[in-house]
Amino acid sequence: MRGFGRYALAVYSVIALTFIMIPIVYTIVFSFNDARRTNIIWRGFTFDNWLQVCRAQDVCIAFGNSIIVALVATLLATVLGTMIAIALVRYRFRFRAATTLLLFLPMATPEVVLGAGLAAQFLAAGVQKGLVTIIIAHTMFCISFVVVTVRARVASLDPALEEAGRDLYGSPRQVFWRITFPLLLPGIIAAAMLSFALSFDDFIITNFNAGSTMTFPKYIYTAAARGIPAEANVIASAVFFLAIVIVIVVQVTNAARRKRLALR
Amino acid sequence: MAFGAFSSGAAPGVATVQEGPRRKSRVALFLLLPGIAYLALFFLVPLISLLLTSFMAPREFGDIGQFDYAFRWENYVKVVETYLPHILRSFGYAAIATVLALIIGYPLAYFIGVNLRRFPLVQALALVLVIAPFFISFLLRTLAWKQIFADEGPVVGALNALSLMGPGDHITGTPAAVVFGLTYMFIPFMTLPIYTSLERLDLRYVEAGGDLYASPWTTFRTVTLPLSMPGVVSGTLLTFIPASGDYINASRDFLGSTETAMIGNVVETNFLILQNYPAAAALSIILMATILILVGAYVRKSGTEDLV
Repeated sequence: MRGFGRYALAVYSVIALTFIMIPIVYTIVFSFNDARRTNIIWRGFTFDNWLQVCRAQDVCIAFGNSIIVALVATLLATVLGTMIAIALVRYRFRFRAATTLLLFLPMATPEVVLGAGLAAQFLAAGVQKGLVTIIIAHTMFCISFVVVTVRARVASLDPALEEAGRDLYGSPRQVFWRITFPLLLPGIIAAAMLSFALSFDDFIITNFNAGSTMTFPKYIYTAAARGIPAEANVIASAVFFLAIVIVIVVQVTNAARRKRLALR
Repeated sequence: MAFGAFSSGAAPGVATVQEGPRRKSRVALFLLLPGIAYLALFFLVPLISLLLTSFMAPREFGDIGQFDYAFRWENYVKVVETYLPHILRSFGYAAIATVLALIIGYPLAYFIGVNLRRFPLVQALALVLVIAPFFISFLLRTLAWKQIFADEGPVVGALNALSLMGPGDHITGTPAAVVFGLTYMFIPFMTLPIYTSLERLDLRYVEAGGDLYASPWTTFRTVTLPLSMPGVVSGTLLTFIPASGDYINASRDFLGSTETAMIGNVVETNFLILQNYPAAAALSIILMATILILVGAYVRKSGTEDLV
């Protein structure tokens, strides 16, 4: 593709990227809106929403719940998923195909079905819905994504390094914690970040299993009919900026690491 | 194990290949059991629970929301009769949104993955822009579109001024708005896998096409597109599956209206508000079964079965 074609493709892509950014910019801009009750019409610029985020108490409580859920679910899913990923790459076992299918299915199931299924089970078992049931649900759908992410890392690991550890009389435990784990760590961190993001932004499954407990997305859904306070935009924007910074730091560190390895 | 240790000392190259199967299966069991048990308990059992619920019958003289286990397959007939428009709408909207997201996502992925190769920094920046939506609440993004397209918003105002829209016309609440929202929501899910397969595309194949006097279009159709097919397949699945079950965009409080309700909306209403659990469960099962059949046929047809 040359000349006109390449130029057209560049223009098309810039338009597409702008299109992607429109509602993001809109959300951030409206976090600075001097809105009183409903944050729909622009009334002027202010920092007040940022300085007094917890003025809208419900938003802060919902945000706190979301953080708790995301942290616990991420921890559980990362541990369980990493163990499965190591087993899948390193060991032959019976029911391997069944295991892979069991890991793939949650990713191929629409969230409504996952949410309704779990809710039906909690209903049948008479479990009271709340923070715990949300955490159970989030851990469930995060595991598969952790496995997929970490498995790629385990597969690219050079077994000779662990071999060397064993040759130097390292116990299995030492070999794992001193060699395998540090080498897997970038993959595990990536998986944990993905889990956190998935859990933090999940609404559909949460809605079926939360009972009266509020999470940040559920708060927005419930408040959508009567208008979202600008403080919700503040929290979403702050999370956005933080995530972008993390992504850039990770990118830069990875680039530096590759450079260092290439120099050796 | 002893033999494994011996062979690893004698010929490390061979040993690394054989190492896996020779290790103790007890370790494998220890690694697998907790996670698999978790998925069995909180994914498989709920699916079975959902299936059982879908056949339940209302309890005699019971309150709303009280049901007993039964085998009322009529539940399925009833939901299909009642909600056929919603079922068709779900798959229709999802299919259109998938095609639109592909039309937007493929060229974008090609540009970032191929044309921007020589500029790693710009490429990295463009990728961050593609994944940026993941970092900000999708509900707020959808609400942002709702306000942009609202009757008193800028777009309707402009179209009214150009007399392209009458005073009684709306954008929000129409099927077009819902499809628009779905398309927007899944562009990153479509773009990223296609980018991943195009980023690794060996450009010498494309050059070879040109050297053999193929037109750019023929080269694209016979070389580039087949090589990027795994990305296209994952992208379309990552879009179509969640889009058909989505109920945010079609919701009355977001981009839709009661005339745009999809399966997800009906499941939500029946489960959480009407407490008609069997109907919600039957609809969920229909949704899941249809998706599995469609996806199975699609994956077989596109010839990329090693997706998992």
